[in-house]
Amino acid sequence: MALSARTLKVGETYEEQIVDNLARTQLVQYAGASGDYNPLHTDEVYSTKVAGYPSVFAHGMLTMGMTSKMLTHYVGDGRLTTFGVRFTRQVWPGDTLTAKATVEAIREEGGKYFVDLTVSTVNQEGAEVLSGYASARIDP
Amino acid sequence: MAATKFPIEAGHIMLFARAIGDDNKIYYDEDYAKTTEPGSIVAPPTFAMASAQFDPDYPLRPKIGQPWFGSGKEPTGVQRRSGGSGGGGGGGGLHAEQHFEYHRHLKPGDVLTATVKPGKTWEKEGRRAGKLIFTETVTEYRDQHGELMITARSVGVRTERPVDQN
Repeated sequence: MALSARTLKVGETYEEQIVDNLARTQLVQYAGASGDYNPLHTDEVYSTKVAGYPSVFAHGMLTMGMTSKMLTHYVGDGRLTTFGVRFTRQVWPGDTLTAKATVEAIREEGGKYFVDLTVSTVNQEGAEVLSGYASARIDP
Repeated sequence: MAATKFPIEAGHIMLFARAIGDDNKIYYDEDYAKTTEPGSIVAPPTFAMASAQFDPDYPLRPKIGQPWFGSGKEPTGVQRRSGGSGGGGGGGGLHAEQHFEYHRHLKPGDVLTATVKPGKTWEKEGRRAGKLIFTETVTEYRDQHGELMITARSVGVRTERPVDQN
């Protein structure tokens, strides 16, 4: 059920809760899968006593990875052509995040159709933790 | 410093999908994946970051026989530089931006090579963390045939002090 240029409208949005009450163990799980074992994300003692943060916090790439599932659920598997983000705020254990895509443009290039999206992920207080963009191939 | 050989493996994709909390069956069920448009298991969009596993020099992984800067008996396993400005960056700074261009999506059996090119460096005075030094790197991931699969642009930031939480 790919998106279609015929039915898609500029301004249309899609959103999804991508994590509820983020667990420290999920940070460890992401460290193990990605290979990024930075103790800022996996080692509370280091993060608080050496780096000076209130606790461990999420890898930016975990937030981007969780945001990417909202995108692939929306545009379909293997359809993204670009995806880029800025990490605007740290994500902490206990956070609940919601990711949203907004249709900015629908375009045709050499007979192929694409959608351009803005992407925003917010925490439970509505503060933006990630802002970005994505494009995907869509059906005519 | 990059992965010279990054084999895309189904088990690794499953672990990565679990870590981002995605239960999409295309990441672990081969039979299901055959019925989808890509026609096989594919990697999630940010999977290229896991090339760190195959980078022999990746600094954010404990290595056998080498001191690790995370906590053990003491809060950190390395001597802190006196008067240093390591602060909030901890090991290797913070990640400020990440951009991917997908030329083709990754699937099990692909074997990638990453080529890293240094990009720009710039400074900015931050409101919440003092002086910020941004550094950009561009990584090109090519498959076993030399075909460009993913172009990744990463911006890291070193902060003068830990980021204020207010």
